[in-house]
Amino acid sequence: MSEPFEPKIVAFVCTYCTYAGADLAGTSRLKYPPNVRIVRLPCTGRISPMFILKAFQKGADGVLVSGCHPGDCHFDHGNYHARRRWTAFNALLHFTGVPEERVKFSWISAAEGIKFAELIDSITEEIRQAGPFEQYHKLIAETGSVASV
Amino acid sequence: MAKIGVFVCHCGENIAAKVDCTKLVAAMEGHPGVAIAHEYKYFCSEPGQESIKKAVTEHGLTGVIVAACSPRMHEATFRTACAEAGLNPYLCEIANIREQCSWVHNDGEQATQKAIEITRSLVEKVKRNNELQPIEVPVTKRALVIGGGIAGIQAALDIANAGGEVVLVEREASLGGHMAQLSETFPTLDCSQCIMTPRMVEAARHPKIKLLTYSEIEKVEGYIGNFNVTIRQKARYVDMNLCTGCGECILKCPAKKITGEFDCGLANRTAIYTPFAQAVPNKPVIDSDNCIYFKNGKCKACQRICPTGAINFEMEDELVELEIGAIVVATGFQVQNTALYGEYGYGRYPDVLTGLQFERLASASGPTGGKIQRPSDGKEPETVVFIQCAGSRDPSKGIAYCSKICCMYTAKHAMLYAHKNHDGNTRIFYMDIRAAGKGYDEFTRRAIEEDGAGYVRGRVSKLWEENGKLMVRGADTLLGRPVEVAADMVVLATAMVPQPDSKELGKTLGIGYDEYGFFNEAHLKLRPVETATAGIFLAGTCQSPKDIPDSVAQASACASKVLALFSREKLEREPIIATNNEATCSGCWGCVLACPYNAIEKKDLTDRAGNLIRRVASVNAGLCQGCGTCVTFCRSNSIDLAGFTEKQIFAAVMGL
Repeated sequence: MSEPFEPKIVAFVCTYCTYAGADLAGTSRLKYPPNVRIVRLPCTGRISPMFILKAFQKGADGVLVSGCHPGDCHFDHGNYHARRRWTAFNALLHFTGVPEERVKFSWISAAEGIKFAELIDSITEEIRQAGPFEQYHKLIAETGSVASV
Repeated sequence: MAKIGVFVCHCGENIAAKVDCTKLVAAMEGHPGVAIAHEYKYFCSEPGQESIKKAVTEHGLTGVIVAACSPRMHEATFRTACAEAGLNPYLCEIANIREQCSWVHNDGEQATQKAIEITRSLVEKVKRNNELQPIEVPVTKRALVIGGGIAGIQAALDIANAGGEVVLVEREASLGGHMAQLSETFPTLDCSQCIMTPRMVEAARHPKIKLLTYSEIEKVEGYIGNFNVTIRQKARYVDMNLCTGCGECILKCPAKKITGEFDCGLANRTAIYTPFAQAVPNKPVIDSDNCIYFKNGKCKACQRICPTGAINFEMEDELVELEIGAIVVATGFQVQNTALYGEYGYGRYPDVLTGLQFERLASASGPTGGKIQRPSDGKEPETVVFIQCAGSRDPSKGIAYCSKICCMYTAKHAMLYAHKNHDGNTRIFYMDIRAAGKGYDEFTRRAIEEDGAGYVRGRVSKLWEENGKLMVRGADTLLGRPVEVAADMVVLATAMVPQPDSKELGKTLGIGYDEYGFFNEAHLKLRPVETATAGIFLAGTCQSPKDIPDSVAQASACASKVLALFSREKLEREPIIATNNEATCSGCWGCVLACPYNAIEKKDLTDRAGNLIRRVASVNAGLCQGCGTCVTFCRSNSIDLAGFTEKQIFAAVMGL
C-alpha cells in the first residue's frame, strides 16, 4: 500500500486565545500531527474570508479558523463578528461547491491546550479521509483566477 | 531589495533535538530576500542577542526573523535587540518553532519540514512589514475609584498619599461597604469598625481625594490616560454644605418602619437617615421611595425641624463630567439570594439568618448592641447551627466556586458566640475546612479546641420547626450516620456573589466578566489586577471572592499600577492600529458598525474653500485597540491594520 495521504492544513487563529492555547499544548508537551500551519492574527474579527480562499489557492487541503469563546473575546466582540461572517461565508462555500468539511471553525481558549491538540488530531484525520482538495484547483483552472488577490 | 536575517535558535536541545536546525538554515539561505541565516544555541542570551545586533549593522538587514520559542515569550526581547541595533523593532518577527513545532511532534523530519514552512511564511511576511512608531498619548493624572469599601478606600488612599488626585465614587450614602457591617474580623478578632472607620475618615478628609457618595457611574468614554467619565450624583434632598449632621431630622421623621439595609433587615430606619451611626459623610439622605412627603405631598417634618435649612425637596440628580486617567473598579459583592435554598427555611423562619445578619447581631453597633439574640423572641439561643457552603460549591444551584471566606467567618461566628454565651452549643455542618492564610488554620483550631466549636462533616438536607426549635437534619459523613440537631438559631454561610448590576457596569466600562458577573482580569496569574482594557484595574471582591487582606493587597497593587501610569507624561502604545486610505474610502460606515471601541469617526473632506466634498472614516489612534474587525468589514479595501496588513497576511499564507 502507498503512504497515507498527508493533508496540508492552514489555521488562522487569534493571538489571545487559540494561539495561546496552541502554545499551552506545546508547553504541556502534548503530541499532535504536524499537518497544521498557524497564521497568527490579533483577533478572529481580522480574519477575512479571502485568507481562506488564499490558503486553498496555495494548496491547502483544509482550513481551520479558531478564536476565543463567545463572550471571551479580548476585543470584546470581534469573535461575534467573525461568527456571523462564517455563517454567511459557509453558505457561499456551499453555493460554490466547496465541501463544508474543508473549513473548520472552533473556539479554543488560552487554557485549552488539550482541546487544541485533540482538535488537530481530529481535523487532520477528517481531511486525510477527505483526500487531497483537487476539486478546488480544478475549479480555479476552469474559471480562471478565482482567488488571485 | 529586502535583506532579511534569519536566526535559528536551538533553545538548548528543546528545538534542536527535533528540528534539524542546520537544514532549516540551509533552506533559508537559498530563499529570495534572505541575506544571512545563522544558528545558535541560545539567541535569547546576551551573546545571542549581540550576534543578532552585529548582523543587523554589518549586513544592513531590513528585517529579522528569529525562529525560536513563542512570540509571547521573547518577541519583546528580540524587538528591543533590533531597536538597539538601529532597526525598527516592528521589522522583527518570531517564527514559533518550539511550542508549535519541536515540542508537539515526534517525527524529526516532519517537524523540520514544518519549521521550514513556518519560518518561510514569516520571512515572506516580514518582507512586507513597515516601520512603525509607538503611539504617544497624554495622561490625565486623576484616578477614579469606583466603590467605597475597604478595597476602594485602600486604593484611593494609596494613590492620594503618593500625590495622585483621586475621585472616589460610592453609590450608597456612606463609605464603608461590607466591612463596616462586620463585627470582628478573622483571624485577629479586631473590631471591624475600629479599623475601618478611621480609614473612612482619612479618605474623606484627604485633600487629594474628592469624595462623591450617593453617586453612580453613568457613562465612560475614552481610553487609557484619557477617559471621560460621567457620574450621576443622586439627589440626597439634603444640602451637604448646610447640613451639620445634628440628626434632629432623623428623630423627627414619622416614617420609622422602613427595613434597614445596613442591619440586613434586623432593624428599621427612618425615611431620612444615615446608613449607620459612624457613616462618612455623617449627613443624612432622604429615601424618596419611602418618604411620606414624596408619597403624599404632606409632612416636611424634617424641613421644619432642621436648624440650618438644609432640607431641599426640589433637589435633582446632577451629572458630573470628569477627565480621568485611570480607573480602579472596587465594587464589591453581595450575599447570595437565600431563596435558592428553600430546604433551609430562610425567610420562613425568622431565626434562620445569613452570615452577614449574624455579623450585625454580634456587632456592638448592631441592633442588639452586640447581644446574640433570636430575632423572633429576643431570647439568647442555646444551640446555634451553622451551615457552610450554603450556596458555594454547589453547581446544581448555579455556583460552582468556593466563596473563600465562609470557613473562616463561620469559625469566627462560633467563637464570638462562645465568648458571649458561655453555656451555648454550636454545630457547624461543613464539607471541608478551607483555612489557607496567615494564622487561619490556627484560628479554626482555636475555635474547635478552645471555644468548643462542634464541627460535623456533612450536608444539611432539611430544616423544620418543632416545639419552638429549629430541627436540623443532616448527615455526619465521618460517622456514617444521620444527625438531627434541635437548634435555636441557624446561620447560613451564604455564597458571595457579584453585585446584581455588575454586568451592566462591565459593559459601561468595556471590561469583561465571567458567567457569574465577576470582572475578568487580564491574566489570572501574571496580571491579576489589570483588565483587558488598558487603564482599568480591579480590586477586591468584584474580581472574585476574597477576604480583607487579599482585597487590601489587591487594592494596593492597583494603586501601584495607577501610580506607574501617572509617573509618565506620555504613554506609548503598540502601533498595531487601523489606518484608513481616505482616497478610496466610500463612507459606507461598515467599519463604524464593526468597531467595538467607537474608534472610527466620520471626517469631512473639504476643498480649499471649505466646501464639503465627502465624508470618510477616520481612525482615532487613541481609541483603536487593533483588533482589525473593521478591515475585514471594509468593502473598498481602504482600512488596513498596521502590523497585520492584507499584504502581509497574504504573503504569509503564500510562504507556507
